[in-house]
Formats: sequence, C-alpha cells, structure tokens
Amino acid sequence: MTTAPVAEAPAVPMTAKRRGAQLVMLAFAIVVVMGAYASVGLGINGQIPSGTFTYGLGLAALMFAAYGVLAKWAPWADPLLLPLVTLVNGLGLVIIYRIEQTGQGGASATNQLMWTALGVVMFSATLIVLKDHRALQRLTYTMGFIGLGLLIMPLLPLVGREINGARIWIGVGPFTIQPAEFSKLALVIFFAGYLVAKRDVLALAGRRLLFIDLPRARDLGPVLVTWGLSLGVLILQKDLGSSLLVFGTFIVMLYVATQRTSWVLIGILLFIGGAVLAGQLFDHVQARFEVWLHPEDPEFYERELGGSFQLLQGLFAFGSGGILGTGLGEGFPNLIPLSFSDFIMAVVGEELGLTGLMALLMVYALIVQRGLRTALAARDPFSKLLAGGLSFILAWQVFIIVGGVTRLIPLTGLVTPFMSAGGSALLANWILIALLVRMSDAARRPPPQAIQNEGLTQVFTR
Amino acid sequence: MNGTLKRAAVACMVMFGLLMINVNYLGAVKAGDYSTDNRNTRSFYKRYSVDRGWITADNGKTTLAKTVDTKDAEFRYEREYPNGRMYAHVLGFFAPESARGVELNENKFLDGSDPDLVVGRLIDFVSKKPPKGASVDLTLIPAAQKVAYDKLRASGKRGAVVALNPKTGAIQVMVSLPTYDPNELAIPDRGDVAAAYNKLAEDDTDPLLNRVTEKTYPPGSTFKVVTAAAFLEADRSRDPETTVPAPQVLDLPDTTAGLPNYGGAACGSGEVTLRFALERSCNTPFGQMGMDLGWDTMREESAKFGIGEPIQFDLPTAGTTIGPEEETAALAQLSIGQRNNQQTPLQMAQVASAIANSGVLMKPNLINKITDPGGSVIEELKPEQLTEALSGEVADELKQMMVSVITNGTGTGAQIPGVTVAGKTGTAEAGDAPAPHAWFIGFAPAEDPQTAICVFIEAGSAGNDATGGGTAAPLARDVMQAVLDSK
Repeated sequence: MTTAPVAEAPAVPMTAKRRGAQLVMLAFAIVVVMGAYASVGLGINGQIPSGTFTYGLGLAALMFAAYGVLAKWAPWADPLLLPLVTLVNGLGLVIIYRIEQTGQGGASATNQLMWTALGVVMFSATLIVLKDHRALQRLTYTMGFIGLGLLIMPLLPLVGREINGARIWIGVGPFTIQPAEFSKLALVIFFAGYLVAKRDVLALAGRRLLFIDLPRARDLGPVLVTWGLSLGVLILQKDLGSSLLVFGTFIVMLYVATQRTSWVLIGILLFIGGAVLAGQLFDHVQARFEVWLHPEDPEFYERELGGSFQLLQGLFAFGSGGILGTGLGEGFPNLIPLSFSDFIMAVVGEELGLTGLMALLMVYALIVQRGLRTALAARDPFSKLLAGGLSFILAWQVFIIVGGVTRLIPLTGLVTPFMSAGGSALLANWILIALLVRMSDAARRPPPQAIQNEGLTQVFTR
Repeated sequence: MNGTLKRAAVACMVMFGLLMINVNYLGAVKAGDYSTDNRNTRSFYKRYSVDRGWITADNGKTTLAKTVDTKDAEFRYEREYPNGRMYAHVLGFFAPESARGVELNENKFLDGSDPDLVVGRLIDFVSKKPPKGASVDLTLIPAAQKVAYDKLRASGKRGAVVALNPKTGAIQVMVSLPTYDPNELAIPDRGDVAAAYNKLAEDDTDPLLNRVTEKTYPPGSTFKVVTAAAFLEADRSRDPETTVPAPQVLDLPDTTAGLPNYGGAACGSGEVTLRFALERSCNTPFGQMGMDLGWDTMREESAKFGIGEPIQFDLPTAGTTIGPEEETAALAQLSIGQRNNQQTPLQMAQVASAIANSGVLMKPNLINKITDPGGSVIEELKPEQLTEALSGEVADELKQMMVSVITNGTGTGAQIPGVTVAGKTGTAEAGDAPAPHAWFIGFAPAEDPQTAICVFIEAGSAGNDATGGGTAAPLARDVMQAVLDSK
C-alpha cells in the first residue's frame, strides 16, 4: 500500500508532546500542595510548619523524577495525567498530615509520603519495564489467576487478617496489605484480554425480548461467574465495596466490548438480585441500608455495631464546612472515626468546604476524562478496553466511596483513590496511572510515516 | 467500540455530576441542619475558638472576666472570672451550652459576631487568626462592689445591694447573696458543668438567682415615699408640714381587722405632720392617704416610677406591681408596701434615684463602653431619661423629709459624718415567713446626689429582729461611703 499518496488519517488529530505545559502544571500542583501544607500549620497554631520547604522539595523531587521517567520512556504521554494525580496525592498527604496533628491513631503523613515514594517507584518501574502494554494481552489468563488469587488471599489462614469487621487484609511482616487493590488491576487486565477474545461470541444475539436482543443463554457463563465471585467477596470478606467495584466494572467493560445494552440490564438485574439476597441473609448489609435511609434516627445513631455514628459525623463535617469550609487546620477531623481512610472526603468537606470538594471532584473527573480520551484514541481493541476499564474503575471507585460518604448511595467501604491513607491503594493506583500513561503514549505517538517519495528510498547492501 | 466507550464516558460524567449535585445539596441546603444538630459537637467547640472579649470595670482597670489561650485544639480559649463570686450575678457565665448575665446579653460583642465588628472578623478570617471579640467595660465601681459584697457576706444574710448614679442611671454596685462561682460553670466539659449547675439549681437558697433584678418582694415602708409623692402631687397646697391623721390603729372598711402601726405603737398625738409620719414610718397615716387617693392615683404615681412592668435593663428583670385592684382595705395595705405590692430591689433603687435626680427617672445602665479589638470605642453609655416621675418641687420636699428620716427618724444607722444622707427604711412582713424583709433606700449627698441605693435583706435569713433601720441602713451607709470615696 505504499503507493497511497497520503497515510490514513489518524483517529485523533496529531498532538504535540506538550512537555513544557506538563512541567508548568506539575510545578503548579506542587505549589498548591505546599500552600495547603503551610495553611494547615497556620490554621492550627499560626505558624508555617517547619517542614513546608523540605517537604515540598521532597514531593517536588519525587514528582519531577516521575516526570523524567515519563519524558524518557513515554514521551508522547498525556500531559495532564501526572500533574492531576500529583495534586490529588499531595492534597491527600496534606489532609493526612492535618489529621495526624489531631492525634488520631492510624494517620501518619510520614508513612503516606513513604508509600507515595514507593508509588512513584512503581509508576516508573511500570513505564520502564512495560515498553508495550499489549504484552499484557498475552498474560490474560495469568492475570485472571493472579487477580482471583489476590482476592482470595485474605481468606487464607495465617496470612489473612480481619480488621474492622472486614477480612480484606493480609499480613506481611509488620505491614498489612489490602490485596483487593492490586486484584482490581489484574482483573481489569484479564477482563480486557478475555473480552477482546470473546466479544464476537458474546455479542451474538439470542432471543429477542420486547425491543432488546438477549444474549444466548450459554454465553451467560462469564457474567454469572463474575457475579458469583463478587457475591463470594461480599459474603466471605464482608467487603461490599470491592464486590460492587469489580462487578460494576466487569458489566461496563462487557457492554463496551459487545455493544449490547442487554448485558447492562442483565447486570443490573443480577446486582439487584444479589443485593436483595445479601440484605435478606446478612445483618451487616441490611444495617447499611437502614443507616443510609435514616442516619439521623437516634436508634441507629446509638447502635454500637453497624450504626450511623460515623456516617452522621461525616455529614456533620460537610454541614459545618458549608460553602467555603472552616479553613485547613480549623475543623475537627478527629470527631469522625477513620477520617484518614474511608472518610477523608468528609475532612475535605469540612475544612475546604463545598468549594474544595467541587474542585477535587473536578480533578478526579479530569483524570478519568484523560483516561477515557486515551481509550478513544487507542488503536487496538485491547488498548481501548483496558484504558476504558481502568478509567471507569477509577471513576466507579470515586463514585462508590464519595457517594457513600455523602449519603448519595449506601456506604460501602473503599479507599478514596490517591487520598486515603494506605499503601496498597496508593501503589495500585500509581500502577493504574502508569498503565494509562503508557497507553496514552502509544495512542498519541504519531504512527510511522509512510515514505512518500519512493525516489529517495535507499537500499543498503552490505 | 468508540460508540460504547463514549456512552461509558457519559456514564462517568453522570456519576461525577450526581456527586457534585449531592455535595452542593449537603454544603448549601443541609448544612444548616447538620451544623446545628446537637449531636454535632463542633458548635460546642466553636464557642471556644473565639478569643472572647474581656469584661472589665473602672474603664478597663479592673478585669472581671478574661479569656485564656490554652493552645488546645478543641478548647482553645477558656473563660476565667478572677473575682467570680463577687460579680457572679452581673457577669453571669459562659458555659458550654448556655450563657447568662452580661456574657449572654453582650454576647454578640464579646464573640465578635456583631455587624459593627465585621471588618475585623474578615481580616481575622483571611489572615487565619482566631476571631477576636470586643471588650465590654461595665459601670460598676469595684471598690464599692467589694464593700457591699464583704459586708453583706459578713452579716451571713441573704439579700441584695444595688447602687446607681441617679444622674446617669449607671449601676455602681450590684451584689446578690448567696452567690456561686461562675468559674465552675465555664469549664469546657458539658457533663461537669451540668452537674455543677444542677447542684446550684437545686439549692434551696437559690444561689443562681439575681435578687437585685429577678425576684420581687413586698417593699414595706420604703414604698411610703411613693405614697407620699402621690399625696403631695395630688394637691400642691400640701407640703411636709401638712398634718395628717395618725391613729394607733386604722379602721379598714368592710373588715374587722385594723391596720396598726409597727409593733402596735402610737404615732405622735394622733395628728402629725407628713414629715413626722415618714420619719417615724407610721403606718396609719399612709394607709389613710392611699385610701383617700384611690386606686387610679396610686397606680399612676407608681407607673411614673416605672412600677408595673419589667425595667428595660441589660439583665433580665422581673415585672413589678402594686397588686390587682381589690377592696379598699387592700389599698391601705399596698400604700405601706404590703399586701400584693411586689418590687425588685432595682425598682426601689430607681424610686430613690428619681427623687435624688429632682424627679427625673433615668434608664439604668450597666455598660460603660464597648471597645473593639483595635481599641476604638463602638458603643458608649448614653444617659437616657425614662420619665418625669415627680415635679422638681415635690422631689425636693421628699428629699427634705428623707434627710429627716436619717437625722431624726428610723434611718439614723445610715448617717455618714460630713455628708447629708437621705433615705427611708422598710420592714416588710413576707407572707407567712416568720421574719420580715428589711429594706433601705436612699441617696447621698442630698444636695448633689452621687449615688442612690437600695439594700434588701431577705426574710428568714436575718433573724427575727431584722429591721430596715437596724440591719439594712448601716450596710447602705458603708456602700454609699465607698462610692463617694471612689470619686
């Protein structure tokens, strides 16, 4: 086809690398974070914390190192992803530092900074090692097993740990790891590879019901397996959040791959069925619903287990924050149990107010949007599905936890990506971003130029 | 696949849209409910996040309530009352969930929420400084307050002392006993404060009650100056030398009981001058005067002194009354401050004050000035005239008679060497209580009054022999002396 005068038009207009813009935005994100850090100190005792400069420089050094890796190994990558993630991760650090100042156990900004550094290492390693993400397609089933294994691990004796009523942890020496966070990555890779291979079959229409083409009964297998898996997580680990996260992501990826709306409807029906079933069988699921409907009811508020105390204290924080917030360092995050983890958004709501929440949600939305853009621009189905799946799982996780904390939906525990204290989630999410960066690099890299003037073709001979 | 990807993108957009709508709903619509819910302890902490203005007296020279920066994250600013017991009923307290007294009444200045302080608050907010309130300076004279408190306490009696400047209405002394320590109610612990408060509230001696303003008592013979004022005003041909009938027992219509003089004593020869009747505090002449004047005149004269409704003041005041219209016998009794005649010590001080100020009644005032954190005065005492209770002439005649009470009559205990004191004693039977209330109202110096006073000793606390002249008058003397010395 070398005779074609013009190469096929690329799906997305040619893009510049925009490295300079990325650097400026990265610096801006770090300045915002340093300002927030200083503001916490001013709010607490009227002094700028002594660590502002060194801390800021430390974060800047980390992020510029990440930038360096990105510029060398993924030069065409999306320029917005790294600055946006830096901003959210940095603000998360600041909020955890702020909560640590109140003496709430479990909040440690130093640990979180260490995990951030490790996260950046994982980010860099992923970019350096994984030169072409399509290599992952060959690991589809391996990833499936790894994902499943990680999900099951907390249930194993010896390594499994139960903390706060959920058996989702494993102990490794002094550390506890939440393997579900890594599992979700492996599962999305598996789903993408599997669905690309099977999508033609799964898209085959079976019977027609009303105006919807139902899939063939025998193709229901994968959906039912995933559904069963999610229910298993829910029942055995009491982890409502991860269960919903994995199932929802699978359904959306199935829809994207097969273009069949019927899968979404089947998924919703299965979800409702599962939820009703779980609600009937398990008190803790039912308790979540009651609390969601009537958080202000004194009966639920005072209930020791599965009561609304935490949710309502979180809502009080949002209420007290109002539109502008109390200002960093001037709220009372210690009133909310686990404010450094699941309820970190309530602290943001109190101290930065509606304004801060809107800005932060916008940053998350932008990260997701950059990921989905990568999916649209990607050139092969596996990349499209993987980028789409990873972006969606990020959005879905933000929706589940922030929606839960703000009482939009019943509360199911999940970490807030890049903000909540916790190493596993940070590492996993930095890898997720690395994968998106890798794919955006591939998608935005100009395709090899067709040689236009054959007269200039030179043939080397030895 | 791009078609379905775009739809997935729309789904993401919808999710973020829902989150954003929901946080707006929380932060803008539900915020009010959540921030005022009593399970939300933030509003409780917020009380302690303000660098609350101080309360002072004597143009800031004496500190009555101060704010201490504990640097604690939750309860940063705590309130302390250096001389709590002495000023408890004036200052009140700043408790975790409530406040009282000046702490309540001037709260919007003390916590900086008054619109006059908005600029400073905005600067504090932007510069991340804790909000700072304005300081409130009271008109009290600490030296005289101390004398009143110490003397009343030394007597072991329950009661009240209030003194004010008759020309401006500025309160100089306000003491009520028994008292309490407001520091116990200002600690940032709701449980401890509730326990301390309940203990005080259940105490039979009622230490939380401000006896100066919040409770009414029969004023006894001190009320005779009001009756005398009505008598003189009703007919300007009358003067202190006008003779009035003074039987040993006054026959009361429609009843077999008569109205005797104090202790059943005779009053002169049965026909005495008004001056003599007041000096000796005879009951029968004033009972007769009341009956002659009638309900309307007595009510009108009382109303000119402010009796009949709560006094407009910086602290809560109880409503006063001379009693509902009944048979004529009641008129005789209320005219000598008995029956259903109910007055607060502050109201009786107002009566003395109006006479001292040539008949002009001033609005009582507790706040000298309010100073913003920057040091500029945002409010200052403006003397305000309430009514003309008496003509200047009648006021003068009453003044002369009240001077006679101190020189020749029942009030000799209130004499101050070198100072002309005017006054009137009172000993009031209090319902079924075994002992009477003892009263004294007066002012000094008579020529140019600087202070008007009311001393009240509660029934049952002073033994059976408490009288206005024996118990209340000496206390009044000491307090008036202290006020005059401070000038």
